[in-house]
Amino acid sequence: MSIDTGDTAWVLVSSALVLLMTPGLALFYGGMARRKNLLSTMMMSFAVMGLVGVLWVLWGYSFAFGADEGGLIGGFNFLGLLNVGMDPSDTYATTIPHLVFMAFQGMFAIITVALISGAVVERIKFSALLLFSALWMTVVYSPVAHWVWGSGGWLAGLGALDFAGGAVVHINAGVSALALVMLLGKRKGFPGHVMEANNIPLVALGAGLLWFGWFGFNAGSALAANGLAANAFVATNLSAATAGFTWMVISWLHNRPSLLGTVTGAVAGLVAITPAAGFVTPLAAIPIGIIVSVACYYAIVLMKNKLGFDDSLDVFAVHGVGGIWGALATGIFASSAIGGKPGLIEGNAAQVLTQLIGIVAVGAFAFIATLIIGKLVDVTIGLRVGQDEEMVGLDLSQHGERAYGGLLR
Amino acid sequence: MKKIEAIIREEKLDAVKKALEEKSYFGLTVSEVMGRGKQKGISLQWRAGEYRVDLLPKLKLELVVLDEDVDVAIDAIVRNARTGEAGDGKIFVLPVEHSVRVRTGDRDENAI
Repeated sequence: MSIDTGDTAWVLVSSALVLLMTPGLALFYGGMARRKNLLSTMMMSFAVMGLVGVLWVLWGYSFAFGADEGGLIGGFNFLGLLNVGMDPSDTYATTIPHLVFMAFQGMFAIITVALISGAVVERIKFSALLLFSALWMTVVYSPVAHWVWGSGGWLAGLGALDFAGGAVVHINAGVSALALVMLLGKRKGFPGHVMEANNIPLVALGAGLLWFGWFGFNAGSALAANGLAANAFVATNLSAATAGFTWMVISWLHNRPSLLGTVTGAVAGLVAITPAAGFVTPLAAIPIGIIVSVACYYAIVLMKNKLGFDDSLDVFAVHGVGGIWGALATGIFASSAIGGKPGLIEGNAAQVLTQLIGIVAVGAFAFIATLIIGKLVDVTIGLRVGQDEEMVGLDLSQHGERAYGGLLR
Repeated sequence: MKKIEAIIREEKLDAVKKALEEKSYFGLTVSEVMGRGKQKGISLQWRAGEYRVDLLPKLKLELVVLDEDVDVAIDAIVRNARTGEAGDGKIFVLPVEHSVRVRTGDRDENAI
């Protein structure tokens, strides 16, 4: 097929939008860390932009989208951009240059790896995070992306629906985050000691950039400048708006309307609509957005306050739980008029079961593989910083920098 | 000479400053401090649930006055910093050995 300039322009812009989500995530996470860990928390996202940005081109893309090997992983035929050029692929997004499709997908790999870091901030050793990230992208992200989006991928073959990465990005990152927390343990002083966000305006700015970039993430996943992109765009905004407002109401009922809660809700809404955006009508985003905020709010209460997991920035509770709800919601609300697939409401109950298989498969694989990779990193270079390093803060101990200058200004 | 250290509510600074100025106590140093007393803490929100902060922001005023002026200054502070609720703050009075004006080298009574 030949190149469509409109499609190419849109996916190029979308790729840039998705890239911007990772600096957005750096701010979103960084603001929630304590003052002494602000830079180290942001650094995790920026370092992953470098690391995965390179590894994706070298081998990540090939293992995700290369020639199918048993439905499980891509082959070697796209290693180092081999056979990936200015002409369209004959399999994927056939109206845009293959390079654009590769780049767009690479931005997803970057943010997925960066998402995990939120669970382990304030005590993971920086070198361990880098080694873990390289291994995780290779062994977890690329294969799971192949299962769901790769030509010949087994979950794709089964008919599991994941428009923009509810399973590949959010369940994958959320469950892996939980597994890594289990290996790494709690921050010193958790719970009990108050660990106060150092700068909620940064969190809000980060959430704004995430929301903005998410239009590229979801509407760009149409891989064309068409009606489906428009549907995804509107559904995305509606879900974020609904969920942010819902979380605000929940916090109001408990205490007072919280900004941190509102922006967290918006992000949860974006997570939940991600798998659904190209399969459901825009209006379905309203129930999806309401339910995700209720689910994620109480997931935080359960995981952190009751069970005592120090998933520091609630990656599992927001991305894992939000992604699981989004995957189920896609099976429930899918409309054949939008993405050509009927869901439960249109009488196709089997779609929910297929979605469930996808959730369990991705969740179980991510959990087990992360435990293995994390253990490997732990026994080789050690996952955690020393007690003193943790106490003085990772900004100083890992990076020799501090976020705010001292007395002399 | 005595040093008066007054811990007051942030929103009372202007009134206290004005009252001191009217009694012609112009020089003072103000710092932002955190502290606790009978007021205990306040509860703040995380994404889900609450946490308690038991150190609250206050302002600390420091001024040095002649011994005979202490009561007047204290009175100006107390009258203008009081709300009657817990959390109005504290005043401490300490003896001062010397004071020196850096610009001139003047000492003690000539340097407050």
